[in-house]
Amino acid sequence: MATLVGSVMTSHVPAIGGAIAKHRESEPYWKPFFDGYPPVRTWLDRVKPDVAVVFYQDHGLNFFLDKMPTFAVGAAAEYRNSDEGWGIPTVKPVRGDPALSWHIIETLVADEFDITTCQEMKVDHALTLPMALMWPGGGDWPVRVVPITMNHVQHPLPSPKRSYKLGESVGRAIRSWKSDARVLVMGTGGLSHQLDGQRAGFINKPFDLMCLDALVSDPVKLTRYSALDLVREAGAQGTELMAWMAARATMPGRVTKVHSNYHVPISNTAAGLLALQNDESALSIAA
Amino acid sequence: MATQRDYGIPGTPIFDGDMAQKGYALNAMCYSFNAADNRAAFKADEDAYCRRFGLSDEQRRAVANRNVLELIAAGGNIYYLAKFAGIFGLDVQDVGAQQTGMSKDAFKAKLLEAGR
Repeated sequence: MATLVGSVMTSHVPAIGGAIAKHRESEPYWKPFFDGYPPVRTWLDRVKPDVAVVFYQDHGLNFFLDKMPTFAVGAAAEYRNSDEGWGIPTVKPVRGDPALSWHIIETLVADEFDITTCQEMKVDHALTLPMALMWPGGGDWPVRVVPITMNHVQHPLPSPKRSYKLGESVGRAIRSWKSDARVLVMGTGGLSHQLDGQRAGFINKPFDLMCLDALVSDPVKLTRYSALDLVREAGAQGTELMAWMAARATMPGRVTKVHSNYHVPISNTAAGLLALQNDESALSIAA
Repeated sequence: MATQRDYGIPGTPIFDGDMAQKGYALNAMCYSFNAADNRAAFKADEDAYCRRFGLSDEQRRAVANRNVLELIAAGGNIYYLAKFAGIFGLDVQDVGAQQTGMSKDAFKAKLLEAGR
């Protein structure tokens, strides 16, 4: 069976793409943010994932309001990106893993999730920037991907509880996949931020720090919030926390924190990073 | 026409079904800006481009005013509006500063303060 090595959750602020393209990683504004990543890369070098299952939200690149799936699973052999309208640097097409995609799709539907499947799907900065942060240098990324998007564009959003259950089901799928692949789960977005309205620029550091703790030791606690609770506490776009919750939910057993980082602000956002090793898999890797 | 329902979170528009219906034409236009050709077409003839998408008078005025709060009130969704702002080289901090009535520097200072 496949090995679920662990999970990395990270912010995906578009400005990160510009900073990478312009080599600004060591500038005072960016350093506290980029300094978070080397320990995670060291861990990735050790656990060597072959595939990354990535929970995120599409920001109006692939999906428009004509058809807006609550949860969608990519099932393509390749995913392309685009400049998204404001000139974010584009990257080479990302390799998919249709076999794992369909195994996840079959498991989710068996678990009564009424998902949308996508054999064509553009991936936006919420997938490509976390990849670039994990595997910098502009080369080919060493993992294939399975994108799983969650609607955070149009209310009603899925609930945090439902997002968590989605992650639990995806975790069961990964662990029951007949493959010798090592699988990393990523959740991208957050932490607190708000782009729209008179409250634009809202950030809630105490709430973010509470979430970073809870995601390690008591993630179920976060399922008590409604989507609107998250809007209130973490800002209109802070609901992206649900992608982190789904990623965390794939590991029901013991986890060990590899590294975390928290820095305010990057652009309008409280930037967070959390890497968790799945202790079940650490045993199997050691063996 | 629908107005923004009150969800009890001050200063925070919730893009719900009412807003999604109201803003459909405006958001469809902004979604088209994912393609560089469409951004160029908008810049070349803004009136003609807006007509093609059937914007309401309120939406057309908000586009002309480049006013984010008016665009949101007219049903605009921030993710699609970001592509409209991109045409003018505006980033999310420009957009935040405009909505909060602050200078960009003051808005950035407010964000720095939130990290302390």
